[in-house]
Amino acid sequence: MGISVDMPEESAALCKKAGYTFTFLSDPNAVAIRKYDLLHAGAGVNGHDIARPGEFLIDSGGTVRWVNLTGDLKVRAKPEELLKAADVLP
Amino acid sequence: MSEITGTPKRNWNWRIWAGFALAAAAFLSYGVVFIRFPITRDVPWLNWLLFAGAGWLLWTGVRRARQESTVYHGKIAGPILMVLSLTMAAFFIIGTNYFTKHLPASKEAPKLGAKAPEFALADTNGKMVTLATLLSEPMPEKEGAGAKPRGVALIFYRGYW
Repeated sequence: MGISVDMPEESAALCKKAGYTFTFLSDPNAVAIRKYDLLHAGAGVNGHDIARPGEFLIDSGGTVRWVNLTGDLKVRAKPEELLKAADVLP
Repeated sequence: MSEITGTPKRNWNWRIWAGFALAAAAFLSYGVVFIRFPITRDVPWLNWLLFAGAGWLLWTGVRRARQESTVYHGKIAGPILMVLSLTMAAFFIIGTNYFTKHLPASKEAPKLGAKAPEFALADTNGKMVTLATLLSEPMPEKEGAGAKPRGVALIFYRGYW
């Protein structure tokens, strides 16, 4: 599921435009973003705080099984990488 | 004027203009087109090639204007277009290298084996969702038809899309 600082309406518009069916959550005050230490202060439009990209695969017990923190905004996790990581989940 | 003085009319120096147009295309096409495909996004080699082509056109065009100034226009326009193109190239290199790599270290982000921090956030319908519910609620019909999730993938993104 996707998490960003976008408001629910903005995420809903994105889902509709891109055809996503998975859950999108809104974190406009970057509360969860801070808990996951992904805050990128002032990097958004008008100096707004946003998240730096980060992907986590969490198992049914709540344990982190895979983490991807890119060092370069241009380079993101490929879908195959995430699917491969998900294969090891019981 | 050329007919009166008898000197031959000078040719349009197409290279300097083509070079400038190619540099502009190299600059703009990344964000518009090539960013959509990992093969041209991860390393912007295609845009570097376009800039190189632009540089060759500008260089040969400027040289023509200087060495064959009676044949070609562009003695002033050439260097100006060259500087503008170099500026675009510089912005491009800085933008795709420094800016995209200037990210917070995120040293305290949950590591392998750690417990994922809990949260409570609104979904696109305004309904509050926690990590616990995501892990326990049966999957919607489209994805797993009632099965309990094996896990959850949290994808934090910059937003403003």
